Amino acid sequence: MAEETRRSTVAVASVVQTKPRLFQSKRFQERFTSVMATILATIGAMFILFPVAWMVSTSLKSEIEALKMPPVWIPAKPQWHNYRDALTFNPFGTYFKNTAFYAITVMIGEALSCSFIAYGFARLRAPGRNALFLLVLSTMMVPYQVTLIPQYILFSKLHWLNSYKPLIIPGWFGSAYLIFLLRQFYMTLPKEYDEAAIIDGATPLGIWFRIILPLSKPALGAVSIMSFMYHWNNYLGPLVYINDNSKFTVSLGLSMFRTPFGGTPWHWLMAASLAVVSPCVVVFFVAQRYFIQGIVISGVKG
Amino acid sequence: MVRILPKGKLARREALWFYFFIAPWIIGFLWFTGGPIVASFYLSFTKYNAANPPKWIGFTNYVRLVHDRIFYKSLKVSAYYTFLSVPLGITASLALALLLNQRVPFLGVYRTLYYLPSVITGVAVALLFQWLLNPSFGIVNYVISWLLGPKGVIPLGITGPKWFFDTKWVIPAYVLLSLWGLGGPMLIYLAGLQGVPTALYEAATIDGANAWHRFRHVTLPMISPVILFTFITGIIGSFQIFTQAYVISNGNGGPAYASMFYVLYLYLNAFRRYRFGYAAAQAWILFLVILGLTVLMLRLSRQVVYYEAPGEEEAI
Repeated sequence: MAEETRRSTVAVASVVQTKPRLFQSKRFQERFTSVMATILATIGAMFILFPVAWMVSTSLKSEIEALKMPPVWIPAKPQWHNYRDALTFNPFGTYFKNTAFYAITVMIGEALSCSFIAYGFARLRAPGRNALFLLVLSTMMVPYQVTLIPQYILFSKLHWLNSYKPLIIPGWFGSAYLIFLLRQFYMTLPKEYDEAAIIDGATPLGIWFRIILPLSKPALGAVSIMSFMYHWNNYLGPLVYINDNSKFTVSLGLSMFRTPFGGTPWHWLMAASLAVVSPCVVVFFVAQRYFIQGIVISGVKG
Repeated sequence: MVRILPKGKLARREALWFYFFIAPWIIGFLWFTGGPIVASFYLSFTKYNAANPPKWIGFTNYVRLVHDRIFYKSLKVSAYYTFLSVPLGITASLALALLLNQRVPFLGVYRTLYYLPSVITGVAVALLFQWLLNPSFGIVNYVISWLLGPKGVIPLGITGPKWFFDTKWVIPAYVLLSLWGLGGPMLIYLAGLQGVPTALYEAATIDGANAWHRFRHVTLPMISPVILFTFITGIIGSFQIFTQAYVISNGNGGPAYASMFYVLYLYLNAFRRYRFGYAAAQAWILFLVILGLTVLMLRLSRQVVYYEAPGEEEAI
């Protein structure tokens, strides 16, 4: 303690005596870079948030105010009814229900099946396991469009067109990226639990269900959120497979937005867009820790 | 000869369990990925419109693609977009990650803010950028002319371009849209940077390395595998851009095909004109292009990318 005080007194003394030293001291340099970095990061964050702020602002304007030049940031009178008007003129209630059904159904199946498959790759040994895992990884490289056309033909033969089956069922057989992510996570879980369970006579199925699933809640959370967000925003799939307006998802509804008046009703479009993305934003804020963890696992160990 | 099942009783049981667990993936792979890849290869040699059975026509689709001017245009558009957006995105997100790695207070808040746009995706973000970059009423052009316009703060007489309506500016406009989502790769870099052992920096500093030297000879080699990863996934992703282009150009790749991205043209051939064979040939060329680029990058990167342990590649 005394040593510490003495040293800092010396440091202060030296600063007082020779002024230019201040800029060269390590402590000052660290402070300086930290402050500069914070300023730059704040400017960057303003650029990032600028479009969101403009979106919110436009969504609360009247049609004339939205096109006003020079633009106003704060609407004279916030038009909260824009949200109701935009979402009821088009049957967004139905779109939201459809999308929730599709996204949640595929999410549950996808999270469970990916966990199941990932457990096999992480814990059970078999000849050819590594080669098969490489195959899983390499499917991530196959563009969706390469398989889209034969899949479309297959689903039309099965009379699955204009239903959610082509969007939901493939997900239930796992997705390479999420399998990879969960497998990486399972590799970090201690093996002692499994070994103890094996001694107690548990089968791998029991271990997966009773030990791995409960232990991997955070990773399952991350995977579920990623799956949900992907399907909630999926556009090409519903565009190809869904025809009836009554079966549209929110992204289809948004891209085929109809208006009672001419021109592009930007105030309505921004209100509807915000409403469509709001579930994802809410999920992100509530569960961001899991979510960020998931992205980090996949990237760093890739 | 590869044995599917090992010799010992216990090992054999474990292997059987392994196949039991990965069975869903194998079925899904055969049904939704492997099978369709083969089928799509076959279809690329046929004329097929879903109404009549596929008719074998040999290399006709590929020969016609070679003479298809819109096909060339779509390749060029996607290549140009990739060439601009991937390096810019990587540089910007790496710079941002380096910035946030400098003991910035409230790191969590910044991380959340920068990641937020990645949550707002798909059709909504396409509409948002159409509105932001609207030539007459968009806020971006207003800010440009307020700042640099004839009567602006710095009167340079610069006014904003017509963005999505200008053949020269439409791709840069899409690049801006893609840059908005740099939070995803930034998070990956940030995690990579935090994984670099501080001892290495200390050793470098003792050896007299300045900030640039430390970045060039410690940081960059240590995170080079992460850069390679984001580079490859970035290229794969940017060649597959569809939603934004379809929504913004109303499905016609305008103006004058300047935003006719590769996959957009593929989609139009398949699902507007029902030329499934032709579109399958396009899909296969895309597959080969992506495969070729990935292999090329992995080869080129061998001298540049640093792996900590020699066996790490096998461990994945």
